[in-house]
Amino acid sequence: MKSAVVQLPGLNRDRDMIAALTKISGNAPVTVWQTETVIPDDVDLIVIPGGFSYGDYLRCGAIAARMPVMQAIKEKADRGVKVLGVCNGFQILVEAGMLPGVLMRNSSLKFVCKEVKLEVVNAETDFTRAYEKGQIIRCPVAHHDGNYFVDADTLASMEDSGQIVFRYAEGTNPNGSLNDIAGVMNRSGNVLGMMPHPENLIEAAHGGNDGRGLFASALDVVAASA
Amino acid sequence: MIKARVTVTLKNGVLDPQGKAIEGALGSLGFSGVGHVRQGKVFDIELESADKAKAEEDLKAMCEKLLANTVIENYTIALD
Repeated sequence: MKSAVVQLPGLNRDRDMIAALTKISGNAPVTVWQTETVIPDDVDLIVIPGGFSYGDYLRCGAIAARMPVMQAIKEKADRGVKVLGVCNGFQILVEAGMLPGVLMRNSSLKFVCKEVKLEVVNAETDFTRAYEKGQIIRCPVAHHDGNYFVDADTLASMEDSGQIVFRYAEGTNPNGSLNDIAGVMNRSGNVLGMMPHPENLIEAAHGGNDGRGLFASALDVVAASA
Repeated sequence: MIKARVTVTLKNGVLDPQGKAIEGALGSLGFSGVGHVRQGKVFDIELESADKAKAEEDLKAMCEKLLANTVIENYTIALD
């Protein structure tokens, strides 16, 4: 099993992500720079970490989503390679059209940096099978634009087809997200985007390891199918 | 050279917390009778071509590909 972490100017959570993937898989991920057009063939999980790519200019993730590396990621995703976008990575995936919807300014207009509770809505995905359906996990958030929005028809079909993977548990929605949505996946189930940062809660030194299951799921499943 | 102005606005029905905050601020500055405020973006773009039809076509592609997110935004193009 091999993972890759995408690096773009302005992302700042890449080191945390590299540390998490290294600790959980036992192997350091390869890093891929934004201008690269080839992702190694043996990579089974591509992660776009958080940060502020291109200073959040124009719209969060808008410019990053049009960089050459994204075309390579799209091609990999079309062939079933798993892609995870966290925070700015989620914003980049929606701007790239790889996930439905859009992430707007928090309804409070404030940057939120705190811990929230997440409900695992769909535990039958390659990213969440270490959890149980309905399980409530702790997870930190840190963002200014996490207010998920999508048109009503798309929302209904996403809800029906299990594409809503995480919701903010009752009373903890930090940003005004539609239906308390915190994380969504594509229809084929191999691309997941989420605003919270599971990579920041993977060991006792973080004060908990609730985020570990996400990586364990993605990495274990890959190992099992290899 | 052609000068163009592209205006990007939020679609109806999309919440605009920034517009709401501006609306509130105008009220607290004493401007009465202010209805809804919606915030948008303006891009002034210079194009080297002199062909207006081509310019319009290019600007439309720019809006679709980058300047607007058509999930939540509309755009209009005005040529000088």
